[in-house]
Amino acid sequence: MRALFLGNMQVYLDNSATTRPRQQAVKAALEAMESSYGNPSTLYRLGLDAEKIVKAARKTVAASLGALPEEIFFTSGGTESNNTAVFGAWESRKKQGKRVITTAVEHPSVLNCFEELKRRGADVVVLPVGRDGSLDLDVFRAALTEDTVLVSVMHVNNETGAIFPVREIGRIIKEFAAQKGIAKPLLHTDCVQSYGKLQFKAADLGADLISVSAHKVHGLKGTGALYIKKGVHIQPFMLGGGQESGFRSGTENVPGIAAFGAAAGLLRISDFAAREHLKKRLTEEIPDIRINSPEDGCPSVLNVSFLGCRAEVLLHMLEQDGIYVSTGSACSSKDKGSRVLRAMGLSAEEIEGAVRFSFCADNTVEEADYVVERLKAHTEGQRRLRSAFRRK
Amino acid sequence: MLNEKENVYIVRCGEVALKGQNKPYFERMLVQKIKKILKGTEGISVERTDGLIFVRTPLDIPREDILKRVGRVFGVDSISPASEVDITGLNADEALAEAGRVAVEIMNGIIASKGIKTFKIEARRADKAFPVESPQIARRIGASVLKGCKVLKVDVHEPDALLFVNVRRNYVYIYEQKILAFGGLPIGTNGKGLVLLSGGIDSPVASFMMAHRGMVLEAVHYHSYPYTSERAWEKVKDLAQILTLYTGRLRIHSINLLPIQEQIVQHCPEDETTILVRRFMMRIAERIAKDNGCMMLITGENLGQVASQTAEALVVTDASVSLPVMRPLIGMDKTQIMDIAREIGTFETSIQPYEDCCTVFLPKHPVTKPKLEKILESESRLDCEALIEAAVASEEISIIYPDE
Repeated sequence: MRALFLGNMQVYLDNSATTRPRQQAVKAALEAMESSYGNPSTLYRLGLDAEKIVKAARKTVAASLGALPEEIFFTSGGTESNNTAVFGAWESRKKQGKRVITTAVEHPSVLNCFEELKRRGADVVVLPVGRDGSLDLDVFRAALTEDTVLVSVMHVNNETGAIFPVREIGRIIKEFAAQKGIAKPLLHTDCVQSYGKLQFKAADLGADLISVSAHKVHGLKGTGALYIKKGVHIQPFMLGGGQESGFRSGTENVPGIAAFGAAAGLLRISDFAAREHLKKRLTEEIPDIRINSPEDGCPSVLNVSFLGCRAEVLLHMLEQDGIYVSTGSACSSKDKGSRVLRAMGLSAEEIEGAVRFSFCADNTVEEADYVVERLKAHTEGQRRLRSAFRRK
Repeated sequence: MLNEKENVYIVRCGEVALKGQNKPYFERMLVQKIKKILKGTEGISVERTDGLIFVRTPLDIPREDILKRVGRVFGVDSISPASEVDITGLNADEALAEAGRVAVEIMNGIIASKGIKTFKIEARRADKAFPVESPQIARRIGASVLKGCKVLKVDVHEPDALLFVNVRRNYVYIYEQKILAFGGLPIGTNGKGLVLLSGGIDSPVASFMMAHRGMVLEAVHYHSYPYTSERAWEKVKDLAQILTLYTGRLRIHSINLLPIQEQIVQHCPEDETTILVRRFMMRIAERIAKDNGCMMLITGENLGQVASQTAEALVVTDASVSLPVMRPLIGMDKTQIMDIAREIGTFETSIQPYEDCCTVFLPKHPVTKPKLEKILESESRLDCEALIEAAVASEEISIIYPDE
């Protein structure tokens, strides 16, 4: 309907929402659909081909996480992985204690599960975060009791890119359990945003359960995985035909898994020079902004408040230039705006003007330059209009 | 003999029957509209006989489907699924015996499904050549039912089931329900109007009410992209899609008001923003109306609902145009409007949160009693004619077709 951007520049800076699938991933999915369409559970050759695809993908995904293939369980995505981890852990440990701990800025697919655990009788502790979005380990220590059975802390926040000290939390839990002579509470971490963006190995994180999603790393939507550390047992979420070693029933999404394998094999950790460049130029050249992403955050996310602007309007203006970004906050007065930014204690004006730029390894410095130029024009225009309006 | 080869529906045109010499015209229009709404289903016939419209469909077409679709045609007062008994060549006694037999069959069906205890027969003799008068007909059919359905008693005051018997030339029609439709007048019998369609609750209801009185509609929608979301436009199209159930095909002119809003914000007093924008909307609408053969403008305004809808504001708004402005909701309460929105199925879509998501141009304290001279003075700072011209030139047109 709208006259779209002039020229053919297209800059996709919403990689935390989803990513463009790699050509190889699309090809792998197509091949799985066209040639190896058998059910992996069947006995004939066609089924075996499909099973081989799943097996190979499991190996690649496991390697990308520094895990063993038998520690990887394919799911329908990050949400299912998170649900499976939280409910599975609770159901298998609830006899040993009632306390479960998470943070205020988790993804809804974790937070809403904890809401449900509250209804099921859990003693839910939701840890607050600071104004820079970080978690205070002393606050966590204080919440940890002998009654604790599950801790779920995201690795990287999807809105701000804040990195949470999962390793330290793992260590604290371990020491605490050893000191008290109790079974170690399970540690789950949602790595949907850090996977493929930060260098980490499952074992280093010290987590028992790790959620990842394929479409955030140039795979397809509808595929993800849950890492379950060898030796840890939680209750399955999906019952049925016993696929995925009986842990996740349902005929395998072979095309999605094939694509996931292909994408995982191509992962490379970027230095995100485009993001650094954008941050530097925005800070230097556009007045009245607030960088909401912490200094030591994940380099794939840059959250910026343009004061005196409405993020949603900026989003639409940029869209006309072929630039795709996102806003956590809605433009409606009924909506209170981003839950995460509110939890960080940002002002209404800061939340209203908050735009998230999220990067992949393919984004370039030239793209960042283009974005800065367009943003300069749009913030100026919007601010001028607004001040004209309020002046009289 | 009972017609078991097809389903028969009697469709009554309420008010249209009152229109004296225009009657045949209205009825022809109505038949045309019913045919149109049933188009696409094989084997359906729609005929007008002696002041009633008969719809005949193959047996496998669900009754609810026909009732729902025909019930949405404006000008239809009520519909009855009927049993048709062919009495051609029978004398009066034979005819009534045959009708009685069918009445018993129908009643047995009602007893089985609803477990009724009492009944009443109401008869009408449309064919005055039939030698038995209406009260006699009722009595004789009633006697057949009493004999045939032993469990039933007559109750003329509060019967559990009421059966209508209508004796016409060569046919007797027996039916239980009169399902009320929207009434009104067939679309196309009352000119053409341009409605200002927002994404809110009111304007779709206003559209419905004017269409209900037989008016053909066209719509204009204003947005402030990129200050409003493209989803808001999708929402308007969804609303229009629902409205097409009643109005048929709908053309929407979509216009970006942002250039005008920017000018107003920069040159005019803040508290007048809303009323000034409103006047521009009306003038642009008038231009579009005239270009597209619309005789009047229609808005969902409602006295006193918001600042731009006070009596004073409406006067100032109306002064901007010469075409008549219809405001079918003017005297209604919001709750009444919401009830109609629910009934016509637009409410759930209207309350989606994309509505005019931008409050950038909403003054903190809008004038509630604007003075025309002051408003004209403010407008004199703008090149109104050029702004309106540009807005009209930038229109984009979407045509929404009914789904069925």
